[in-house]
Amino acid sequence: MNRGLLFLPFAVFVAITVVFWVGLGIEDKSSLPSPLIGQPFPEFELGVVEDGRILTTTDLEGKPALVNVWATWCPTCKAEHAFLNALSDEDIRIIGINYKDDLDKARQWLADYGNPYAYNLSDPDGSLGIELGVYGAPETFLIDSTGVIRAKHIGDLNPVVWETLGETFRGLK
Amino acid sequence: MPSTSLLYLPELGQLALIAAFVVACFQVLIPLAGVHLRQPWLMGYARSLAVGQTVFLLASLGFLTSCFLLDDFSVAYVAANSNTLLPVPYKVSAVWGAHEGSLLLWITMLGGWGAAVALFSRSLPLDMVARVLSVMGMVSVGFILFTLETSNPFARVLPSAPLEGADLNPLLQDFGLIVHPPTLYMGYVGLSVAFAFAIAALMSGRLDAAWARWSRPWTTAAWVFLTIGIALGSWWAYYELGWGGWWFWDPVENASLMPWLVATALVHSLAVTEKRGLFKSWTVLLAIFAFSLSLLGTFLVRSGVLTSVHAFASDPDRGVFILALLGVCVGGSLLLFAIKAPVVASFGRYRSLSRETALLLNNLLLVVMALAILTGTLYPLVYDFMGLGKLSVGEAWFNSMFVPLSVALALLMGVGIGVRWKSDTVTRLWRSLWVAAVLALIFAVLSVAVLTDALEVSVLIGLGVAFWLMLATLIDVISKTGGKFARVTALGAGYAGMIVAHIGVAVTIVGVTMVSNFSLETSVRMSPGQVETLGAYQFEFVKSGTIEGPNYLSQAARFNLYHEGRKPGQLTAEKRRYHARGSIMTEAAIDGGLFRDVYVSMGEPLENGAWGIRLQIKPYMRWVWLGAILMAVGGGLAMLDKRYRRVRKHQESVA
Repeated sequence: MNRGLLFLPFAVFVAITVVFWVGLGIEDKSSLPSPLIGQPFPEFELGVVEDGRILTTTDLEGKPALVNVWATWCPTCKAEHAFLNALSDEDIRIIGINYKDDLDKARQWLADYGNPYAYNLSDPDGSLGIELGVYGAPETFLIDSTGVIRAKHIGDLNPVVWETLGETFRGLK
Repeated sequence: MPSTSLLYLPELGQLALIAAFVVACFQVLIPLAGVHLRQPWLMGYARSLAVGQTVFLLASLGFLTSCFLLDDFSVAYVAANSNTLLPVPYKVSAVWGAHEGSLLLWITMLGGWGAAVALFSRSLPLDMVARVLSVMGMVSVGFILFTLETSNPFARVLPSAPLEGADLNPLLQDFGLIVHPPTLYMGYVGLSVAFAFAIAALMSGRLDAAWARWSRPWTTAAWVFLTIGIALGSWWAYYELGWGGWWFWDPVENASLMPWLVATALVHSLAVTEKRGLFKSWTVLLAIFAFSLSLLGTFLVRSGVLTSVHAFASDPDRGVFILALLGVCVGGSLLLFAIKAPVVASFGRYRSLSRETALLLNNLLLVVMALAILTGTLYPLVYDFMGLGKLSVGEAWFNSMFVPLSVALALLMGVGIGVRWKSDTVTRLWRSLWVAAVLALIFAVLSVAVLTDALEVSVLIGLGVAFWLMLATLIDVISKTGGKFARVTALGAGYAGMIVAHIGVAVTIVGVTMVSNFSLETSVRMSPGQVETLGAYQFEFVKSGTIEGPNYLSQAARFNLYHEGRKPGQLTAEKRRYHARGSIMTEAAIDGGLFRDVYVSMGEPLENGAWGIRLQIKPYMRWVWLGAILMAVGGGLAMLDKRYRRVRKHQESVA
């Protein structure tokens, strides 16, 4: 046997390592493409948490907005709430989806921590959440004025995330 | 909050971990220095250092466990994975419920394997023990450092510690998750012993039959743990994820299957090296591969390189550290292999039809299977790397690779068990095996005729190879014992172990074939009082209600199961909502049996008290795991073979 041949496993390993190394650089969980990007917002007909009126998909249109999926059982949502209040103060339109939650608890939450949302859609059984491919709250979708989803962020919104996401948002028409 | 005298438990745990790290460093250096300076007294330190390291690691693990039991939420890891309401057994299992703690468990087991080698290696020459334990120390040093640097389980949230913890991931609040990870880890980590033996042999240049004999029982032990660990994981996924699936080709499952396949190859290759002194370099390479794939398994789960339902810990910094560890460990050993592996052809000749050839083919098939899975698992990453976008390789691809290779392997196993060492003839083999071939074909055709109206080729092949394997094994037992089964003990525990393990493979093949081809499944809308029929079973939705658990509230549905006029069985399926995280878990109701499982899981609630219900009947489901149990029992039997103990006695009498 030729000793050169014995170096083959080593060479293959080095090649695999390089792939992993670069893979770690690329990998960013939040960049997993959502098949929804570029698609119109899924159809819905849901009650509003604050006053119970029924809204549909067309009510989202008119102005770019953040659609924020949240729930009172979600600790991270509590963490991001203050930042949403701050965004709302900058006249950014935020629409809430109260996901798999209890209506009374949700109202109490908004009373306690302030309401940054234009309105909150109540999605108690998570049906809209399924359409949106939500796998954990909080998640935030950016929609343009025609109601088309342009970007998605998984996890809490904070000043660091907003640096890039806000850039995208300001570019929306 | 614990009382003040217990306030320092986390710090004690961390100190113990640091002490273990220091001891591990000595364990690397002192025995190796002893080998180089030819000083037995230095080499002798290897054993006590290995045991000492384990004591510190066990202490560290014990301190972490007590933090969980005392609800010390000032420890970030405890706060993130426990809750005052969590039942005590789950507080213990929460120790390995997430990244930091499972890593601590991993290194404690690594230490434990090292201590076991130190305590049960009296038959080994001292310089070999010194080298083996030094290599195991190197692995320890790397992983303890990784834990301390990137994943400290004892990190505190101070000054304002939370009053309540976030609770353990509900998916993990389950008996299966108490036992699955530790068993699997025992397997992963156990392969480090085979690895250490291989590296030690390379360093010493003594790759001989004795080395293979020392290494065999350890490798088999690790393989047994891996086998049970994988089966437990499959069983857990089956009853806990609520889909009734038992294998998903999920990256993390693949990560456990790859080392298992290579370890299986290694177990067989070691047999050839021990008995015939052949395939030495190949065996060493397999030992390196098996442990590398274990590390890769750890790496895949921890780094976020691949995303999967299992990847509950992902953090690129850790990924970089692990990658560096992997690079040093695997790259270093492969380089050592390239430089030191013997290039001289092994002694001993064998013909193209012989046990050696059969085992070589077995090795090739197993390695190709592992490579196929590796390719399928890494392909999405490579695809992304090339800038082509993201994709995942589906079940269909894995099945199309794995199934034909398994069939080939099962066919080969039937031949391999009966073929002689060195050289054999086709005529002799045919004389002993034609009965098995013909009977297997007849049984398979009959089974298909009874089970289905159509000609199901996959069933015919699946059952055919399983029958073939069983019959060929049986024929070998008959011919070796002269028809007197009681004599099988005289052939040695190793032989009995092989027979049991091979029958286990056949049993698993029967299970997989039956459950893949004859499962019945329907999703229906059911209201209380309604009866649905699936196959020969009637399901009556009796009522729905709520059940209050310790830390969850579940909506439950009670079913009566009727079958051919027998007494109805009761099944209760649940959907649990865990208070702390608000997450919802499906608890399927399963009526298990040797020949069929009835599986009921709840979907979404519909109007008027109706529910979406999924009903499934899965024939021979248990056989898949029963086969794995038999394989593990076979491995256990093989480890008991007198051969391994005889050597020790011999050595002791010499001493």
